[in-house]
Amino acid sequence: MTDTTQAAGPVAGQAAGEPAPEAETAEDGATRRDFLMLTAAATGAVGVAGFGWALVDMMNPAADTLALATTEVDLSGVEPGQAITVMWRGKPVFIRHRTNGEIMSAEAANLDDLPDPEPDSARIVGGRTEWLVVVGVCTHLGCIPLGQRSGDSQGDFGGWFCPCHGSHYDTSGRIRRGPAPDNLPVPEYQFVEDLRIRIG
Amino acid sequence: MAHASPPPAFKNPMVRWIDSRLPVFTLMQKEYGVFPMPRNANYFWNFGAIAMVMLMVMIVTGIFLSMHYTPHVDHAFNSVERIMRDVNYGWLMRYVHMNGASFFFIAVYIHIFRGLYYGSYKAPRELLWMLGVVILLLMMATAFMGYVLPWGQMSFWGVTVITNLFSAIPMVGDSVVTWLWGGFAVENATLNRFFSLHYLLPFVIVGVVFLHVAALHVTGSNNPTGIDPKGPQDTLPFHPYFTIKDTFGLVVFLLIYCGFVFFAPNFMGHPDNYIPAQPLVTPAHIVPEWYFLPFYAMLRAITFDFLFIEAKLGGVIVMFASVFILFLLPWLDTSRVRSARFRPIYKWFFWVLFVNVLILGQVGALAADDPFEMFGISFGFISATTVGQICTFYYFFHFLVLLPLLGKFETPLPLPRSIHESVLPKGARGGGPLPAGAAAKPMGKA
Ligand code: HEM
Ligand code: FES
Repeated sequence: MTDTTQAAGPVAGQAAGEPAPEAETAEDGATRRDFLMLTAAATGAVGVAGFGWALVDMMNPAADTLALATTEVDLSGVEPGQAITVMWRGKPVFIRHRTNGEIMSAEAANLDDLPDPEPDSARIVGGRTEWLVVVGVCTHLGCIPLGQRSGDSQGDFGGWFCPCHGSHYDTSGRIRRGPAPDNLPVPEYQFVEDLRIRIG
Repeated sequence: MAHASPPPAFKNPMVRWIDSRLPVFTLMQKEYGVFPMPRNANYFWNFGAIAMVMLMVMIVTGIFLSMHYTPHVDHAFNSVERIMRDVNYGWLMRYVHMNGASFFFIAVYIHIFRGLYYGSYKAPRELLWMLGVVILLLMMATAFMGYVLPWGQMSFWGVTVITNLFSAIPMVGDSVVTWLWGGFAVENATLNRFFSLHYLLPFVIVGVVFLHVAALHVTGSNNPTGIDPKGPQDTLPFHPYFTIKDTFGLVVFLLIYCGFVFFAPNFMGHPDNYIPAQPLVTPAHIVPEWYFLPFYAMLRAITFDFLFIEAKLGGVIVMFASVFILFLLPWLDTSRVRSARFRPIYKWFFWVLFVNVLILGQVGALAADDPFEMFGISFGFISATTVGQICTFYYFFHFLVLLPLLGKFETPLPLPRSIHESVLPKGARGGGPLPAGAAAKPMGKA
């Protein structure tokens, strides 16, 4: 690219009998053409990268999708042993009013036996052990585990059972057996009233 | 190739006028008229042309379906039902498209196994083969996204499970999945982009098919003996010998296809996909379309952590590796003999692999905890998952261990000296000029 002899081709000027226009050559052999080439390439690269990023980011969630980020739920009608499902960010959230037996079995679990060790106390909010709130999406490949409706299989640990590939969750929503790697995540939430929570 | 007779001058002045300005007729004449085909190519050599026709069928029916289809979560299912019930011949176009995907895969899978049997991936056809693998990957992506469009239960949960695979990628997995979805769950944004890409990718396939055929026309076709044509006595011009053979095979194939379209259009589908998508209810048993079953079985076979790789990631790696390993096949197979016809040991292992893939397909259709069963026979002592693990192991064993070793230890049978020697009746053999008679007649015409 740097050799100026290239310019000695059959250019118009030459055909008219003039000497080939010599590009001004700097001491190190670089020409004005090299400079143009480099600046054009650099500008082009920045443009392509910027535009490419815009295309990629356009596929991310849009502002209105991000805006639907909180949900308030009234818990007053949910008796011990019952569960409800609410939608939050397009995902189901399982809210279970746990019985004493369920709380005890969740607290009694030996952490060494858990694929994703986490004490039950770290999975409840404000000391309200009777309420368990988890995102109801199997951490394996995203199916909705069974166990919310009466008559559903709740798996071998009394929590939820994912029919897709057989993951068993306990009464704290922790993975106990099966291919799922992680516990059902606890979404960020708080009690705004005694029996009212805001998720998100 | 050198011995192809020069294309005859075109008689029609209009054709001549165009051809001298844009030599499309010369091109067609060269690539599809006088193009020398090995004279012994059998009916397995039909499936490339058949696949090409299927691609065209998919594009034409797809374009017309798109005129009535609505890519929105609230309307997609109903718009497909409307196509089925109210749109003139909508039922026909949809069933042709739906079963077309299956028959496209049937054609391509036969085409691929043909290549495996006759060693069509070996030098000098490595790039040709690799372009074929690219086409397979693109087809898989296209079919997967197409299956999402009717927005039934299987559409929804299939895309949920498969996109969630990417959450297995360390560190960035969850962001990647959110990015794929365009939201926090599979939703309208997801359906829209899948429709856009489902429309686009088939045209990308057309582009790669073009390169595939271009590469083919550099090396020429392989043939059942796997040896190279040595002269004009080994080949026949593509037209009319193979145009007629391809057409005949194509019609038989299309008739079987029509049998399904008209008499069993939902045979290969899953009834749950006639239930509208319900984001809160996962069907008890999610299965992909049949053509993905072997890969799905390999995905599910990895139920254990391997070193620092979690089971979920391991399954994903194994599933993708099962296709990507085909890219390496030309170098994994160390035998210099192409055709299994002359490879007494490989021939058996080819069939073992074939059966292995069929079993994997069956495993993919069963629930993970089911006992294994096939052809209605239950093998209660072994679970589907265990069978899947054994077959997955064997699949990789075939490519990574058997093929490299076989080339070193197998003694091939003696190869025929030339193609025509291998196909002509005994008395006519001898490599010299062809004797008169039935077998030689075609040359006279060429
Ligand atoms: C490589 C070629 C193609 C393959 C393998 C393919 C595959 C599929 C599959 C499996 C379905 C689901 C069918 C069902 O269960 O209802 C589908 C649906 C659809 N495809 Fe394609 N397709 C291809 C090309 C195209 C093209 C080129 C277009 C548009 C130009 C298109 C437009 C559609 C539309 C609108 C639907 C939804 C309607 C329906 O579900 O029948 N397809 N495709
Ligand atoms: S998605 Fe729940 S076990 Fe696979």
